[in-house]
Amino acid sequence: MWLKFEQRPEPSRLMRYLSPLLAVGLMVASGMLLFHLLGKSPAEGFKVFFLNPVQDKYGVAELFLKATPLILCAVGLAVGFRGNIWNIGAEGQLLIGALAGGGLALHFHDTNSMLLLPAMIVAGALGGMFWAAIPAWLRTRFNANEILTSLMLVYIAELIVSWLVHGPWMDPDGFNFPQTRLFQAKATMPILVQGTRVNAGLFIALGALIAGWIFMNRSFMGYQMKVAGQAENAGRYAGFSARRTVWIGMLVGGAMAGIAGVAEISGPVGQITEHISPGYGFAAMIVAFVGRLDPVGIFFSGLLMALLYLGGEQAQQYLALPYSISKVFQGLLLFFLLCSDVFITHRIRWKK
Amino acid sequence: MPNAPSETPRLVIKGVSKIYPSVIANDNVDLTIMPGEIRAVLGENGAGKSTLMKIIYGVTHPDKGEILWEGSPVTVQNPAHARELGIGMVFQHFSLFETLTVAQNVALAVPGRLDLAGLSRRIEEISGKYGLPVDPRRLVHALSVGERQRVEIIRCLLQNPRLLILDEPTSVLTPQAVRKLFETLRQLASEGVSILYISHKLDEIQELCHTATVLRNGRVTGHCTPSQETPKTMARLMIGEDLPTFHHGEPEEGREVRLRIDGLSVKSEDPFGVDLEDVSLEVRSGEIVGIAGVSGNGQQELLRAISGEEPVPDKRWIHVCGVPAGRMNASRRRALGMCFVPEERLGRGAVPRLSLTDNVLLTAFRRKMVRFGMIRRKAAKTFADDCIRLFDVKCGGAASEAKSLSGGNLQKFIVGREILQEPKVLVLAQPTWGVDVGAASFIRQQLLCLREKGTAVLVISEELDELFEICDRLVVIAKGRLSPSKATSETGVEEVGVWMSGMWPGAEPAKDEAPHVA
Repeated sequence: MWLKFEQRPEPSRLMRYLSPLLAVGLMVASGMLLFHLLGKSPAEGFKVFFLNPVQDKYGVAELFLKATPLILCAVGLAVGFRGNIWNIGAEGQLLIGALAGGGLALHFHDTNSMLLLPAMIVAGALGGMFWAAIPAWLRTRFNANEILTSLMLVYIAELIVSWLVHGPWMDPDGFNFPQTRLFQAKATMPILVQGTRVNAGLFIALGALIAGWIFMNRSFMGYQMKVAGQAENAGRYAGFSARRTVWIGMLVGGAMAGIAGVAEISGPVGQITEHISPGYGFAAMIVAFVGRLDPVGIFFSGLLMALLYLGGEQAQQYLALPYSISKVFQGLLLFFLLCSDVFITHRIRWKK
Repeated sequence: MPNAPSETPRLVIKGVSKIYPSVIANDNVDLTIMPGEIRAVLGENGAGKSTLMKIIYGVTHPDKGEILWEGSPVTVQNPAHARELGIGMVFQHFSLFETLTVAQNVALAVPGRLDLAGLSRRIEEISGKYGLPVDPRRLVHALSVGERQRVEIIRCLLQNPRLLILDEPTSVLTPQAVRKLFETLRQLASEGVSILYISHKLDEIQELCHTATVLRNGRVTGHCTPSQETPKTMARLMIGEDLPTFHHGEPEEGREVRLRIDGLSVKSEDPFGVDLEDVSLEVRSGEIVGIAGVSGNGQQELLRAISGEEPVPDKRWIHVCGVPAGRMNASRRRALGMCFVPEERLGRGAVPRLSLTDNVLLTAFRRKMVRFGMIRRKAAKTFADDCIRLFDVKCGGAASEAKSLSGGNLQKFIVGREILQEPKVLVLAQPTWGVDVGAASFIRQQLLCLREKGTAVLVISEELDELFEICDRLVVIAKGRLSPSKATSETGVEEVGVWMSGMWPGAEPAKDEAPHVA
């Protein structure tokens, strides 16, 4: 008896959807092992990490709050990923979007207009698009790899944020803390459920999911992106513009990330600081892949990723583990997903 | 004929089976070859010929069965082991490093210490002895396809093989080069080398081979002596039924020019590609024009320029239905009434992982399948259903993924998709390449019908038989230049073969190197 690893005659549809679940299971199992090795009870660890965060209304609301930027970024990225456009700079686009929207809030600090928040959202989208346009232009003009350029722009964006909150935009009454003044009421998202922090940003994320689903599955442009992603030569044969694919893939991702940035600063953060995003733009890539680049899947994987963030906070509080434990779980999830995905195209057989 | 009964067979294959997850490639195959025998292995694409040869050469291993090499049972571990035994193989697709010299390439396959000077002498010896002229110091990328094949053969002969396997060796050769190859093979056989010759070209097998084994669906369906058969009877053995015959009407005169190429010159971006030089051609309504040539003489570049996948700098170089279209992309040229069937089906003509309905959208979306930027899936589905029905595409329905179809059926689907758009100009590359005989004749018949309806058809093919069968006029491409055109009825395989090496009347002498032929 021995094991044989062989290619399937055709990719398994079942495994395509089972693979993320398998990855989650393996992530949880190895997480438990990790807790054990760190001298904690695995059962206790599981409870603290995965159950405690969502045991009351406030916890569930926090889950949706954290999921909002993740879902927004992931939907935008999925549009590009499907077209083989590898924008991995959503984090930077999120920050520049936040700066554009936040700059508007600071400039119109005294206005009473209802239009401020919508204008901030639009500005955020444009800011994110601007930051995504740079790698798009470099790719279409010089054929520069967008993976590298978009990633490098993340660090530039972080430094710009840092410079602004340490310098020109620093709150004059803020005891020299590197942050802007708090936004006024007209520049913050309305709260949906009293006593929680979940806000109208969630509706924007849900709207983005629906729009993303229609674009990917029903529109001709979405079809062209899919063709470009799966078979570049077929796209050229059909006469679909490869440049347009790059531009749309990058700009949609940038716009969504920019909106996510505004949702954060006008929501839970309420000002611009150096810590607008705990890596949402990067985690969103995992969300997009675990969700199979499909809006319905992204909804659930966004919630899962939000749970990992919350669980990390709980583990820090109750298990005295560092916050980076949630990054470990993110890494495990992506790692196991990539492993499990091999079984979409391959299978193991027992041979006599 | 070295068939004395007392002799030990060089190779005996008994009951060999090879089962892949989705297909039985070989099913209980028996084959015997004697010393000095040239045996054809005949069969359509997908009949299991290549798998059988890979088993003999140790590339893959049989699931069942036995191999006897000169009387004793062996398990061929890998190609190196096969070479040790005395088995050499020339693959259909060459395995040479373009940036190395001939001698360096050969050295890679020779075990032991590296001695390039000694090796070069041996290469020259063998090339002299068997009439395979090639200079060991030349870089492979500068060699013609025929010369590259000689390098492959010499590489095998250096090991003094007692069995030589050739997989579709003539698909890249001119008729003249084929004849030279046959002389070499006959000489080898007369020295006692056994030769397994894989092909689906019946006339070649008749000319060269002593015996033939016919494979169909992985099974041996018959043995024959080619000299006592006709191509027709062998075809029946190969496909299990008679070949259909064609209806070919008379060409009409004086119709309008639908596709005009005028002084097209393109520098290839690929350093090993071919530059097109001053190519001019007209295709009129209601005629089929064929472009013959040995592969790698600019066909790829010309096709991409015509289809719009690689637009050209001057819009006047290409006219589609009277409109200067040189700078248009493929989609805009289609809007003018041009359709195009590329050589590669999966990945170019169709997206492998998309359904047939989605693959219809690829080129036929103008037929009311998109409204307000949204896809009208119903219209696409209807089109796909029609295509499947009218072109007899065997598949699980319009929802099947393109890659689940066999090569021939996918080709019928793609040809059908383009024809059903009622093109004014249809350009096809290798329309029946790798397609089984039945599907190939169906596709040819469809092209003839289209011609009668007044479409201008341009066919680029490496199969001369096919071109002579369906074309009204022929031109030849060699080294990126186009010959004058000739009516098919006024020329023959001989003349076209000479032209394929770049020597047509009035041809400029080649500037740098010989054309890409033997």
